[in-house]
Amino acid sequence: MDTKKDIDAADAKVTRRDFLYLTTGSFTAVGAGALAWPFISQMNPDASVKALASTEVDLSPIMPGQSITILWRGKPVFVRRRTEEEIAEAQAVEQIDLPDPETDETRVQKPEWLVMVGVCTHLGCIPLGNKGEYNGWFCPCHGSHYDTSGRIRKGPAPKNLEIPNYVFLNDNTIKIG
Amino acid sequence: MSDDYQPQSAVAKWIDKRLPIVTLFSGHLMQFPTPKNLNYWWTFGGILTFCLITQIITGLVLAMHYIADANLAFASVEHIMRDVNYGWLLRYIHATGASMFFIAVYLHMARSLFYGSYKEPRELIWIIGVFIFLLMVATAFMGYVLPWGQMSFWGATVITNLFSAVPFFGEAITNWLWGDYSVSGALLTRFFTLHYLMPFLIFGLVILHIWALHVPGNNNPEGIDVVKGQDTVPFHPHYVVKDVLALVVFMIIFAGFVFFSPNILGHSDNYIQANPLQTPEHIVPEWYFLPFYAILRAIPDKLGGVIAMVSAIAILAFIPWLDSSKVRSCKYRPLYRQFYWILIIDFIVLGYLGAQPATGIYLILGRLATLYYFLHFILVMPLIGYIEKPKPLPKSISEPVLSKEEQLAKSGQMA
Repeated sequence: MDTKKDIDAADAKVTRRDFLYLTTGSFTAVGAGALAWPFISQMNPDASVKALASTEVDLSPIMPGQSITILWRGKPVFVRRRTEEEIAEAQAVEQIDLPDPETDETRVQKPEWLVMVGVCTHLGCIPLGNKGEYNGWFCPCHGSHYDTSGRIRKGPAPKNLEIPNYVFLNDNTIKIG
Repeated sequence: MSDDYQPQSAVAKWIDKRLPIVTLFSGHLMQFPTPKNLNYWWTFGGILTFCLITQIITGLVLAMHYIADANLAFASVEHIMRDVNYGWLLRYIHATGASMFFIAVYLHMARSLFYGSYKEPRELIWIIGVFIFLLMVATAFMGYVLPWGQMSFWGATVITNLFSAVPFFGEAITNWLWGDYSVSGALLTRFFTLHYLMPFLIFGLVILHIWALHVPGNNNPEGIDVVKGQDTVPFHPHYVVKDVLALVVFMIIFAGFVFFSPNILGHSDNYIQANPLQTPEHIVPEWYFLPFYAILRAIPDKLGGVIAMVSAIAILAFIPWLDSSKVRSCKYRPLYRQFYWILIIDFIVLGYLGAQPATGIYLILGRLATLYYFLHFILVMPLIGYIEKPKPLPKSISEPVLSKEEQLAKSGQMA
């Protein structure tokens, strides 16, 4: 007993009880976190949603100057086959003028095809095509003007229209997502 | 008491003067004087609170994904199992949780019966408890209907048909319950609504249960009145730690079921979608209803069976007046203690018989077990109080412990 007392006195700063408190507390915290995670994670998109997260689009029926809107992850995606004039107009823009500078080349994989999420970066309305001061898109909610590359030019929206991930499976088909 | 909560900071004082909520919780969950001799059978109150909260939280989350529609319910449960992140875990916790809830509540009730916790001055705590049990039964039954499997559907059919035993109005009542001429989607949606509501009613009754408990304070294994201060210790940390230890052991068993055999307490037929044109070969309720199911089947009369089953629960509310003995704890009741264990075995036997086909020897045994169940409360309990000569009660709750220690010290000296 006496030797034990001596040891306790020498280590008076860190006691066995401190160790027990710390380990119990740590295990409780880790356990509570592990238990809480499933309750948080269950609200994330589930497997049935993820299974539908990519969409294939057939481009062959779209003529130059036409665009289609498809539904991808519950949001509209604009696929536009641009005319030569629209491409030239988009490429000619001085970057310095833009609120969110981006070249047209970085926004397309093939200049003819413009693929972008049709959700205004201001507050989520869907912009109207072939409208606005820049011959591109115009959002009716708060008056944002986008050009023929989908870049914001005028109005309250802070960003260019978003470009989703997509790949050309062949010349006439793209897969979004 | 001197160590009552005293607000220190200016903000705490300001709040406490207007809403003394910290004082309330401190008084009832920290300082509350608790008999110092409570054993582990007294930890089920805390465990049951944990069960209720677990069911409410997992149920809330499941309701985010479940669809209460006769055509979609079954698929939505499979969607929870396969697609929703951790949906399998949440559903298994909820389904297993119902069983764990009933294990805990049966042990909690058995504790009260053994130690006479239902007797004066704690009758109302017990009666509120019976109502909580009744609500639990209703909630668990309605919850079992929601997956809309074969057992859900036919369980709902059998139980709602109990009401057709009511003379004259039987058919009108069942049609009213169903909202249809048979069990259908109309019943499913109203069961979902009520299944969502009832846990909150239980929660309210639990508050009354604890409130009523905190007027006389806890009973204890000796069943004698305690002297505050001398015989009591503050609830925190003494019983908080004891309750938490018991809770952790309970959670280990709970987790064992959830992760290793989540379906062992259910019936595989409930993974077949409800079919109104075909009854499963062998209908059994969930295990925790089996004793009452055996009582229902023991009576060879439709209305009689229903009355017997309802009475089996209702009679519990009258126990405080059926028991004529002044002595609370069975520790000091040598004769009644024997009958107490016969009742426990009888109840387990009824549970076993409820799972067997109602024919031959099972039916005869079921009738005998049902007879004893009622005789115990109507005859045994009132009579033994007069016949029995109880053992002398200790003068204080310390006496049995001290005398035991003295005996040990003596035997130690001899060795």
